[in-house]
This record gives sequence, C-alpha cells and structure tokens, in this order.
Amino acid sequence: MIGGLFIYNHKGEVLISRVYRDDIGAVQLPVSVHVVVTSLWPCRRNAVDAFRVNVIHARQQVRSPVTNIARTSFFHVKRSNIWLAAVTKQNVNAAMVFEFLYKMCDVMTAYFGKISEENIKNNFVLIYELLDEILDFGYPQNSETGALKTFITQQGIKSQTKEEQSQITSQVTGQIGWRREGIKYRRNELFLDVLESVNLLMSPQGQVLSAHVSGRVVMKSYLSGMPECKFGMNDKIVIEKQGKGTADETGKSGKQSIAIDDCTFHQCVRLSKFDSERSISFIPPDGEFELMRYRTTKDIILPFRVIPLVREVGRTKLEVKVVIKSNFKPSLLAQKIEVRIPTPLNTSGVQVICMKGKAKYKASENAIVWKIKRMAGMKESQISAEIELLPTNDKKKWARPPISMNFEVPFAPSGLKVRYLKVFEPKLNYSDHDVIKWVRYIGRSGIYETRC
Amino acid sequence: MTDSKYFTTTKKGEIFELKAELNSDKKEKKKEAVKKVIASMTVGKDVSALFPDVVNCMQTDNLELKKLVYLYLMNYAKSQPDMAIMAVNTFVKDCEDPNPLIRALAVRTMGCIRVDKITEYLCEPLRKCLKDEDPYVRKTAAVCVAKLHDINAQLVEDQGFLDTLKDLISDSNPMVVANAVAALSEIAESHPSSNLLDLNPQSINKLLTALNECTEWGQIFILDCLANYMPKDDREAQSICERVTPRLSHANSAVVLSAVKVLMKFMEMLSKDLDYYGTLLKKLAPPLVTLLSAEPELQYVALRNINLIVQKRPEILKHEMKVFFVKYNDPIYVKLEKLDIMIRLASQANIAQVLAELKEYATEVDVDFVRKAVRAIGRCAIKVEQSAERCVSTLLDLIQTKVNYVVQEAIVVIKDIFRKYPNKYESVIATLCENLDSLDEPEARAAMIWIVGEYAERIDNADELLESFLEGFHDESTQVQLQLLTAIVKLFLKKPTETQELVQQVLSLATQDSDNPDLRDRGYIYWRLLSTDPVAAKEVVLAEKPLISEETDLIEPTLLDELICYIGTLASVYHKPPSAFVEGSRGVVHKSLPPRTGSSESAESPEAAPSAGQAAEQPAVIPAQGDLLGDLLNLDLGPPVSGPPLAASSVQMGAVDLLGGGLDSLMGDESEGMGGSGFTAPGPAAPAGMGAPLGSGLGDLFDLTGGVGTLSGSYVAPKTVWLPAMKAKGLEISGTFSRQVGAISMDLVLTNKALQVMSDFAIQFNRNSFGLAPAAPLQVHAPLAPNQSVEISLPLNTVGSVMKMDPLNNLQVAVKNNIDVFYFSTLYPLHILFVEDGKMERQMFLATWKDIPNENEAQFQIKDCSLNADAVSNKLQGSNIFTIAKRNVEGQDMLYQSLKLTNGIWVLAELRIQPSNPSFTLSLKCRAPEVSQYVYQAYDAILKN
Repeated sequence: MIGGLFIYNHKGEVLISRVYRDDIGAVQLPVSVHVVVTSLWPCRRNAVDAFRVNVIHARQQVRSPVTNIARTSFFHVKRSNIWLAAVTKQNVNAAMVFEFLYKMCDVMTAYFGKISEENIKNNFVLIYELLDEILDFGYPQNSETGALKTFITQQGIKSQTKEEQSQITSQVTGQIGWRREGIKYRRNELFLDVLESVNLLMSPQGQVLSAHVSGRVVMKSYLSGMPECKFGMNDKIVIEKQGKGTADETGKSGKQSIAIDDCTFHQCVRLSKFDSERSISFIPPDGEFELMRYRTTKDIILPFRVIPLVREVGRTKLEVKVVIKSNFKPSLLAQKIEVRIPTPLNTSGVQVICMKGKAKYKASENAIVWKIKRMAGMKESQISAEIELLPTNDKKKWARPPISMNFEVPFAPSGLKVRYLKVFEPKLNYSDHDVIKWVRYIGRSGIYETRC
Repeated sequence: MTDSKYFTTTKKGEIFELKAELNSDKKEKKKEAVKKVIASMTVGKDVSALFPDVVNCMQTDNLELKKLVYLYLMNYAKSQPDMAIMAVNTFVKDCEDPNPLIRALAVRTMGCIRVDKITEYLCEPLRKCLKDEDPYVRKTAAVCVAKLHDINAQLVEDQGFLDTLKDLISDSNPMVVANAVAALSEIAESHPSSNLLDLNPQSINKLLTALNECTEWGQIFILDCLANYMPKDDREAQSICERVTPRLSHANSAVVLSAVKVLMKFMEMLSKDLDYYGTLLKKLAPPLVTLLSAEPELQYVALRNINLIVQKRPEILKHEMKVFFVKYNDPIYVKLEKLDIMIRLASQANIAQVLAELKEYATEVDVDFVRKAVRAIGRCAIKVEQSAERCVSTLLDLIQTKVNYVVQEAIVVIKDIFRKYPNKYESVIATLCENLDSLDEPEARAAMIWIVGEYAERIDNADELLESFLEGFHDESTQVQLQLLTAIVKLFLKKPTETQELVQQVLSLATQDSDNPDLRDRGYIYWRLLSTDPVAAKEVVLAEKPLISEETDLIEPTLLDELICYIGTLASVYHKPPSAFVEGSRGVVHKSLPPRTGSSESAESPEAAPSAGQAAEQPAVIPAQGDLLGDLLNLDLGPPVSGPPLAASSVQMGAVDLLGGGLDSLMGDESEGMGGSGFTAPGPAAPAGMGAPLGSGLGDLFDLTGGVGTLSGSYVAPKTVWLPAMKAKGLEISGTFSRQVGAISMDLVLTNKALQVMSDFAIQFNRNSFGLAPAAPLQVHAPLAPNQSVEISLPLNTVGSVMKMDPLNNLQVAVKNNIDVFYFSTLYPLHILFVEDGKMERQMFLATWKDIPNENEAQFQIKDCSLNADAVSNKLQGSNIFTIAKRNVEGQDMLYQSLKLTNGIWVLAELRIQPSNPSFTLSLKCRAPEVSQYVYQAYDAILKN
C-alpha cells in the first residue's frame, strides 16, 4: 500500500510529508547526483530527494507518471505548480493510488479552494489531519468531503454530544457514507446539469475520423431527510424495453432515444440495480455531486463543421481559408466560439479578413485566433488569411497541427434528454410534486479538431 | 486563519520559546505552540528536544490538540523510544474514552508508533477495540492488526489477533469487512504458505454482499482479494462474475480495473460455448474504453493494462481501434502507449485507417513518438500482408522528407519488411541508397549494410557502397562492424571476381586490427570457411533465411498470464512480475490463471492462441543482436525450416566442428541427398570392429545398469541425459526410446534448472536414416516452473524424410522453448524399429539365408550373458526378434531368428549359445549390411537387461 505521501512546490521543496510505512526510507540516490539538501524531514530525505532529482528537476519532459527509482515507485500528479507524490515499495494497485491522489486534490479543493503553495502552507495542519483520516497505514478510507466535514476538527467543529459522535461514526463507516441524517430545507429544490463535451477529429476532406461525446450529469440537491431518487433519461435500452408493452411509444420516442456506449456512476447509485433493471436509483449526497458520466459515439450532432483550405504559394507564403458552418436549429445560439488556426514557426506576418467576429494573429501562440461571440444555427462564416513566411534552411517540414475549435451550445450534442427525476422521502411529508426541479443542457467542445 | 506564519520563525532561541509556550496554561497558546512545532518538523528542523513538553499536552479533551500531539508522536517516538513510553498511559486511557472518535484515534496512532516497548502495551487495547461496539473503532483496529504484524508478526500470531481479524470478515458493517480483508490480504502476502484468507464459497458470498455496500476503496480491497480466489468449477466462476460485473459502471477507475481483473481471471474457467462467455466479452469493452476519458495518469495505467488484455484476449477490443487514435494534446506517455495498442489491434479490416493515422503521427514533434510511429508502419506491413505495399510506399514518402531520424527509422523497418517479403520490394533499394550519407545511427547503418549485402547482386555499385563504409571501420559500433563483415563476405560470394581485394581487406581488419573477440572470431570463421571450401561457405552464408513472424514484442505467455492476475497494480504498469521490483518476501507469491476448463478449448479462435500455434510451426522473431551463431548463419534462432539443407544441424556440433573439417563432411553428406531407404547406396562401410567408433555414445547409453524391467513391450533403456542444463540455459533433457504394441515413442523428461519459467516448447527432428519424426507436437501443458520436471511421451512415426546419418542411428533434435532453441543429438536403439510381423516362414528363412551373399554376413560376440536358450528366445521375442527354429548341435544351442525393420529390411540371425560359455556368437545376414552392427547392439542391450 501507499508508503508515504509528499507534496512539493515547483522548486522541489517539500511542503507536506506524511510517511505511513518505514520501508520507503532507504532509497539510495545515484552517487553522481549532487544534491543540496535544504529543508527536509530528516529521516525521509532519501526518498524525497530521489523524486525531486529524478522527476521534478528532470531535464526532459515527464515520460511516465509512475517512476521507479531504486526499487521504490513514485506516483505523481501535478496541479498548477504543485506536485503530489505517493511513494511505495510494494506492488500496489496503481489505479487506486492515482484515484486517491485525485480524490486528495478534490478534498483539498473543497476545504481551501485552489491548490497552491500558499494555500497548502496556510492549511498544513488541516492537511495533516485529513491525511491521517483518509489514509490509514496507506489504505484509503472514507474520503467523501461531506462526511469528512463532520469530524475533521481543524475547521471549527468543537464539541459533539454523544449522539452526534455515534452518528458521525455510523455515517463514516455506514452504507450511506456520503449523507448525514437530519438534513432539513424549507424549500426542496434540485438542479440537474447535463454537461457534454463533444470531441471530434476530422480529416481535411471532411471525413469523421473519430467522434464521441463524453457527458456528465451533475446534480445539485437541496433535499430534506434521506430522499430516494430515481433518474430517467432517453436511454435506448430502457425505452426499447418499455416500448415492448406499448407499441405507440416506440414509434414516438424510439427515434429520440440514444445509445449510450458506457456509463459510470457516483458511488451513491445502486450498481446492481442498474445492472439488472437499468434503473438509476440513489440517495444523493447533499449539495453538488457528479451523478454519472457517460460516453456516446453514435448519431452525434456535430454543432460545427470546419472546412479548411491551406495552399502553399511558393516557399514564403501560405494562403489559408477556413469556413465554419453551424449545424443545429436556427432558433438556438452558440456562444464563445473560437477557432484556432496554427501557423508555421517561421511566420513573419499575417493578414486576416473575416466576415464575422474578430481575428488576430498571436505570434506567441503561433496561431490565428478567430473569436465569434454568438452564432445561430444553420449559418456559415468564413475567414481568409495570408501568411508570409521567412525563408528557412530547416529541412523539416511544418507539421501542420490541426485546426481546433471551442464553443458552447445550449443543447446536448449526444441527444440525451432527462425524462424524469423522481424524489421519494417516505418519512417526511413532502412528495415528488413539491420538489422544484431545474434542468439545463450545455454542450461544449472537447477536443474538436480538423486536420488541414 | 493561516498557518503559514508558523513556517517563518527562524529565530535562534526558538526551541526555548516554544518550550515555554507549550507549558503555558492557556489552551489556545498551547495549541499554537504545537502547530509551530509541527511546522518546524515539516520543514526538517529537529524539534525532538521538545518531546516531553509536547507529550504533556496530550492529556486534553480537546480533539484538535490531541490530534496534533499524536502527529508529533508518530514522527519522533522512534528516535526517542524511552520517552515514548511516557505516552503509553494516555493512549491506553484514550482507548477507553467514551468518544469513539478518540478511541479510534488512539488505537490508530499507537499502531503507527513503531517502538517495540509500546507494542506490548498495544495488545490489550487493540483486543478491546477489535470487539468495540462502534464500527468506526473496529475498522480502525482491523488496519492496526496489519500495522502490528509489520512490527512484530510473532506477537500478532501469539495473541490470536488473526482469528479475530478473520471473524471481522463476517462483520455487519461493510467498511469493517473491507478493512479486515485489506489487512488479511497484506498479512497473507508475507506468509505465502499459510491459509489465512481461507476463502470458501460462504466467505466469498459475504464478500460479494459487502461489495455492494462499502466505499469505493473498500470495493477495491474486496475485488483484489476476490481475484486470488480459485472457484471450484465453472458455475461458481460464472456466478461470481455475474455479481462482479455491475462494478464495471463505477465512477472510480480502480474499482473498474479490479473488477476487470476478477472477470479476466475467472473467464479462464468458463467454456467458450456458453452464451454468458460472449456476453461477458461484450460487457468488458465499454468500461475499458471509458477509462480512456479519465485523467492522463489514469489513462496511462489503463492503457498499460489494455495492452495486456489485448494480448490475452484480442477479441474484446478488436472493434475499438478508433478510441486509441492519438490526440494532439495527449501527454507523450499516453501517446506512446496508444500507438502500441493500435498496432496490436491492426488488422486487414482497419489497416487503411491505421496507416493514415500513423502517417499523420510521423510528422509530429516528439522524436520518440515519431520514431515509434515509423516503426509501427513497418510492423503493420509485416502483420497485414495486404497492406505491405501501401506501407512501403508510405515509408518511401517519409524517406523523402529527409528528416534525419525518420529516414533512419524507416530504413530499419524496411529491412524487416525485406525479411518478411523477400524479392518483392527490392525496387526501393535505389531510394534507400540515396540516403546512405545521412545515416548516423548504428542500427540504421547496420540495417542499410545488411540490405546492401543481401541484395548485392542487384546493386551495381554494392562494392563501392560497402567500401565507403570500410574506411572508418574502427570507428563503427560492433553492430555495424559485424554486419559489414558479413555483408562483404556475401558480396564476395556473389561477385567473387571483383571483390577479392575488398574481402581480404575486411577480413584482415576484423581479425588483425580488432580487439573485439566477437568480430575476430567471426572474421576467422569466414576466413577459414572461404579458404577451405567456398561452396560450403556459400551454402552457409547465403542460406535461405526463415521469414520473420508477424507479432513482435509480444509478452511471453506465462508472464502475460501472471500479469493478468495483477491487473491494475504496478506490476501491470511495469509489465514485470512483482518480484522484479518488490524487495523481500512481499508480493513474490507467484500468481497464475486458473486452468482452463471446458471441452472446446482446443478449438479456440486462432487469434487467442497465437503463440502456441506459431511455436509449433516456426518460431522466428526479429533477431536478437549479438547471438554469434545465429547471426553468423544469418539465421534467426529458430529450428530449421524444411527447404534449405539444414544448416542448423551443424550448430549442435558446436563451433569446434564449424572450424574443423566437420562442416565439410556434413555439407558433403547432405548434398548427396540419399533418396529412398538409401541402404543400397555405397555409404561409408560399416566398421567391422566392435563398436569402436561408438565407444562413448552407445556405450554410455547402454552400459547403464538397473534398467527398467520390461514386462511387456520391447526393452526400454534407462533414461540418460541428452542435453545437460549447462548447455541449454537451464533446460535439461533426458530421455529414452520405447516401442510398445507397435507404437514408437520418445520418453522425455524436461527439467527446468533455470530461475525463470519456461514455456512454448516445440520439437523437431533433423532428417534421419529411418525417417523418424514426431507424430504429434510436443505438448507441455503448463509452463515449467523453476526446479520442476515434466515427463512427456512423444509418439513417433517413421514417415519423415530420410537421410542417411553416420552413425546410422544418429538423431539430431532441436528443442525450442521461450528462451532459445537448443540442439542435441542422440543415438536411438535400433530395436524400436523392429516390427511386430517380423517372423519369417521357415522355408522362406532358409531360402533367404542362402540368397544373401556371404560377404554380407557379420559376426559378433555377446559377452557375459548367462541366460539359457529359452530365456534368450523369450526375451528377444519381447522386442520383436522372433525365433524360427532351434537346434542343438554338439551341445550348442543354435537359435535361428528373424526381424524386420520399419522400412521393410529383413535381418536374419543365427545365435550360438554354449551352456558353459557366457559368450554367445551372433551371425547376422542382411541385404543392407550397414544395419548389422546396430542390430547387434540392440541384441546386446536387450539380452543384458
């Protein structure tokens, strides 16, 4: 299991160091590496240094997120300029270690916002307390922020009555570790956000090389008690199952249903029930959480089509013309549209003409950035640019990175629709009708690229 | 509230000040002081001097302060064991605190204080906490047992904690169960033999129930533990699989991967005919693809695992090629892994797409990635024959870019393509030659030189090209030097007239001016070969090469099976067994997949078992550098393929023979190419002397006493060592031949004396005098673990191709395993060839006896045999030597006998036995007198055992 956990700043100085197992102490460094030991925890110096020298200060790009130095394995993730590293000498579950590191980041973010050197220094006692609680002898324990907040002392929880204490422990270890009893709201309300990112890789000829939508359903719930929720969407398998009974419905909704390639759920969802009945039922955590993630690849509505035309005129000039077409209902508006057209490294000057929006050549980014605030569906717009090149002796041809695009549209490109979200709370006297529900669809560009 | 201020104090009298503050009456001040101490500790200052003062703060009901003090204790207790004792009382007291959070905190912290004296005091509180009414305390105590076991294993056993821990598996609280499972799994790892995790259907059921209820981490512990269970039959395996599959939809990738591990492992036990098997295969693909939308680090872990899964069960992801297309912004480690998987999934159906992608990648920025992409194009060509032409033209396009490393990489792969499709794409050689000057990497230079040498007859200026390399001969790397040497010798053999000078130059460079023994030896071998017999040299150096196989870089199947058992863990990321990177006893337990069940396994889909099938046919891989013999002959390390004269058969003789005259005679023999039975051809005359040339070989084989009794069937000689372990990288082969009810078999014992597991055995015989050949592939079902032996009976037939050997009963054998190919030769006793219907009619016997000329008669003495005539007759009959008549002449018993060989040759015998004399006289008459000597040896062996 995890032998120790370290947090470094970008210089490789240790901000947090928590050792769970003794075996990780004895990492020997190669003799040739000269290390100036500054301020480090005395007995763990070796493991800590090994990581700094070999990973943080490594000259080349990181070649693997897992490094083995002297039979000790280092897992690391980087958040802004902070490195989190888990260290072990055993054959641990690698996926678990990374999941844990991400979870650790989530928990820290939930407690003190952005993960930065300053915030970590400001909250180091809290971090130690968290590390003590969520990792025992290197085994991850309950790491749900909701539960942690009830008994992590560093932020103000002082005394508990006996009942409260046992409530905490039963919650932390219980089946519903993510929600505490006795939550009350005057207004029972819930928000559902269907957030999709649509990914595309298209050939210059307009052939879809790969496209998929990865979506998330994020729920914000302000519900009293222990509400039992049931979520329904236009999942093809469910619709077809129901459709068997009533032939009419198949005709109507069959078209609108979507084929979900795969989905994963928050741990509150009863997976065995999903597996057997494909129904999504759960008791939600209080506040915001990600109910599910899903992926679809069939019948995706690609909101934009990019048509590139690049022509090399001699050795010192490039002519670029890019047309974008919006491909959705004319009544809808796409926002924050940005097209990024890469330019060669030896570009000396660019002249741009665009029909709509603003376009600029950004030398520092080696790209022409074309921004359009809004664009309705079924429209078309065009940009043309002349790129002057400096003559070079560089034999290597310009790699022509793909043209990428960013946008936001108010619908789900996968076609997913929320059919219902029913709330049952038998103990308290509110019913499904009393809950105010909000649903919103946002489609964003993921990696939306067209090769040119 | 910010804590950063604690980091800033660096005054000199700091410790003294802190001491005062720690002893302050005010709670707030105390707390502040402890925080400062901890901050100093974090940045590496030594604050151990404050130990007593900090410990004094421990007795407080303020949980926040208590936690801080505990943190301090955990770090300094070890350096101050005596003082740590001071804290024990408080710990013990806290373990009985009414607040469960404090009880748990105390027992958790105590376990982290690794001081022997404290552990003694830990036992009682731990015992209580393991049975605490509060689940939070119990789950903490469960982990604490693992901690204590790490410090003092004996103590844990003596105190009976292991039993209590086992009881916790049945606890009502899922988290307690999960932690108990985690603790037991860890303890079990350091006691591989003990049956700690006594998994049985009942306990498995409990675990599966807990699986539905516990936290994501708990689910991982339980799934990892389940993966170690061996279901008793396929029905149990299926029911577990059914209950594990819902986990594939979990948001936590580690849960998904651990579930995949359980499924992949238990699938081994399911019959492929089951509908459920197909359903399961379908269910596995989507979650694996979803893992690729996780954060890059997890993607990397997932990809490394998918790489294994694709090798084990290619059918799962064969339609998912597109998801492995590289994205422009992927981190380099993700890109490289995706590329690897793309090639594994490449097939005729998707090759066009793959190639288009690869071409795109070859223009990227990262050098490693580009190189790998170029290499991948070559691998596609080799893997999918239909695409070869397009691949070659893509490679040519890339060469036109003139980007240095792209060109070099392309040339290396084109060499492999030539090896796979000889005489097909040689038209591109001209283009390659244009780039000769830009090659600066040894591998590319060596590849280019190989191409020039191999196709010297088509390249007009081959001599000039090679000569240009020769100028800086001594500055080249060994790889290039060796290749250059071979290439020039090839050139010389193809165009002897123009290149004599060149070859002399390179030979003298290699032999006289070089310090490298490999190079020198190779030079001498060529030199000698060329000077003694250029024809033989031609046959050796220009021998036809076996084609290279499609799949390269495959993980060896036994290792692959082991790694499948480690899905999700570091082992699967490194693609190494845990023993390669874990110290000590932990994790060294060898895991293996459950044995396959079900009847239809042999009819597996061909993709699923590429290695096994391939091994039997022709295991040729892209050559490993530096194997002198293999390299020398320009042969890959594979058993000889039929077609070219078996150059490899000379290998078993060792290098000595190559240098001496052995080679000549060998090549000579082969070229004679005896057709038919070959016994009438004027072969070397059978030596009349008694076994003189065979002294060691046969003598050794048969002089062994204590043979196995032959109750039925013919006599079987005891097994002897044919291939000592020293000569075969740890593989020892001993064996003997037997004939039972008309079936000949070779009884082998394979012993693994190496440290690594052996697998993929295959066997081939060289052509031999009686056409002996394996009637079935060598079947070693399980991989052979170190220090294990396996007994195999290999059925033989006599329908193989025939070539006269010297000695006649010499059999040259090649055995391959995952490590290498080994050659040995052995002599088989002739009586295994005596057929059951070898009894001749009396009249016929007399007629034949007279018919065979007297010069074909041979006489032998069988010494020291004390049997009487009847016993002899009986004994010989067991081995298909039939007595036709018995006469008594002047007190001597005369036995007239006949036998027939598998190829229809009759041998007639007269055996004279004198009651007083232990020496028998054997007269043999045969139309093919060469066999007589060996028949005599068979007599001798049978009678003396």
